[in-house]
Amino acid sequence: MKTTIPWLLACITGCVMIGATFVPALAEWKNEAGSWFELLAALAFVLGGANLCAQHLKKISSRKAGWGYSAVTLVSFLVTLFVGLFKVGVIADDPTHPWSGHHQAEGSALWWLFEFAYQPLIGAMFALLAFYVASAAFRAFRAKNTEATLLLAAAFIVLLGRTYAGTWLTSAVPDDYSALTFPGLTAIILGVFNTAGQRAIMIGIALGVAATSLKVLLGVDRSYLGSEGD
Amino acid sequence: MLAALRNLDRQWIFLAMLLAVSAPILAQQSFPEKPTKPVLDVFNYIEGLPPGSNILLSFDYSPSSDGELAPLATAVVRHCCVKRHKMFFMTLYPDGLPMMERTIREVVEGEFAAYDFKYGEDYINLGFNNAEEVVITVMATDIKKMFPADFEKKPLDGFPITENISSLKDMALIFTISTGYPGMKEWVQYAASPLGVKLAAGSTAVQAPQAYPYIPNQMLGLLAAIKGAAEYEAALAARYEQFRDPAKNQAIKRMAPQFWAHLLIIGLIVLGNVSYFADRAQRGPR
Repeated sequence: MKTTIPWLLACITGCVMIGATFVPALAEWKNEAGSWFELLAALAFVLGGANLCAQHLKKISSRKAGWGYSAVTLVSFLVTLFVGLFKVGVIADDPTHPWSGHHQAEGSALWWLFEFAYQPLIGAMFALLAFYVASAAFRAFRAKNTEATLLLAAAFIVLLGRTYAGTWLTSAVPDDYSALTFPGLTAIILGVFNTAGQRAIMIGIALGVAATSLKVLLGVDRSYLGSEGD
Repeated sequence: MLAALRNLDRQWIFLAMLLAVSAPILAQQSFPEKPTKPVLDVFNYIEGLPPGSNILLSFDYSPSSDGELAPLATAVVRHCCVKRHKMFFMTLYPDGLPMMERTIREVVEGEFAAYDFKYGEDYINLGFNNAEEVVITVMATDIKKMFPADFEKKPLDGFPITENISSLKDMALIFTISTGYPGMKEWVQYAASPLGVKLAAGSTAVQAPQAYPYIPNQMLGLLAAIKGAAEYEAALAARYEQFRDPAKNQAIKRMAPQFWAHLLIIGLIVLGNVSYFADRAQRGPR
């Protein structure tokens, strides 16, 4: 019973979604299933938040290594949640309804946190990648064998082709032979070799997804529901 | 010399990268850009649409990609504005909303204030929906089922812009600014392919190779990261005089640090391989 009802729900919803692709009359059912998913996804946010609190509280209470980071995470989470839920600093659009106004309106506490804490921090994290990529390029990108050499050659062409350096270096090449310029070669690498490889991978993944979905719909694979003992 | 190369501390590499990206920014250096086919195809399609065409702009990215994708979003929204297309803004990312609002504020309501675009008539902000790709599958047949109200919870039925809109089929173009899941691939799978709606994308450099298999059948074209945005800005500048001010073209400005960073990486790869082969030669054949 514990696994049969969830499987039936998954099976019916999956069949409706597949059926709606071929039978237009089922479109309304598909949309209804979509609304249910919207609710479930919203609940997942709540569960995710609760799980985050539980995990970090456990780490703090047992004073595990790095518990200070957990405390920072937890405080940041709770402060963000509080200012968002209670619309701290939001000026009401309609004075008769003090709770009106968007929770992320310009000037609100949540807007401030996003603009001056979250966005610069996450942007800085991402920007650091440039430094690590440069270091890794020096230490790890070696022409050790044929495959690595081919990869290296492709990387050289694309790195040059995606900047003005490539255009400038091959500016003497006549227009009729533009495919031999760095930008032209970059277009060939991305449009031909990359596309062929990507398509092969995509088709493989699609076949795997279709097979797995069929196993889920037929109840052959119920591992996503957890074991009986869970 | 070889020993120094072999033992090169990474702090010198970091310093070189810092100089490579900061010097061109400080010197305000820029290079000319020539639009490539995937970018021109998107540009020409938007350019060729009759004014007032419906364009859905989905900001499917988070702040981590803002540096790479914001100029791209700005360039496409500018083009939609100058062509007076009707713009439907939405996002599939919970933290995509502020960046979308910023673009609306700075471009539609700021730079194009003289065009007097009316909210709900010329553009609308549908906001965020958390149902990931299911948002697209449902919008394929019923947009209002997923977005019954705008981002401020005002019912869509009250806005003139949504009067004749029921599904994604009513859009002349869907443009997704994508960084991963859900994004470009999901728009192809659940909108462009089954409905035959025109789709174009702007993506991060990392995601761009995944887009090429869809061009030109499922996707009109692609604006790949800052380079794609710079090419789009160049196409806009070539067509419209008002976009020739270098101060406005953020992507073209950001290509100069990319130019030097790429050259530095190439140099580092060469140096790394010189050291590797010299080492191997010293050790002799095994």
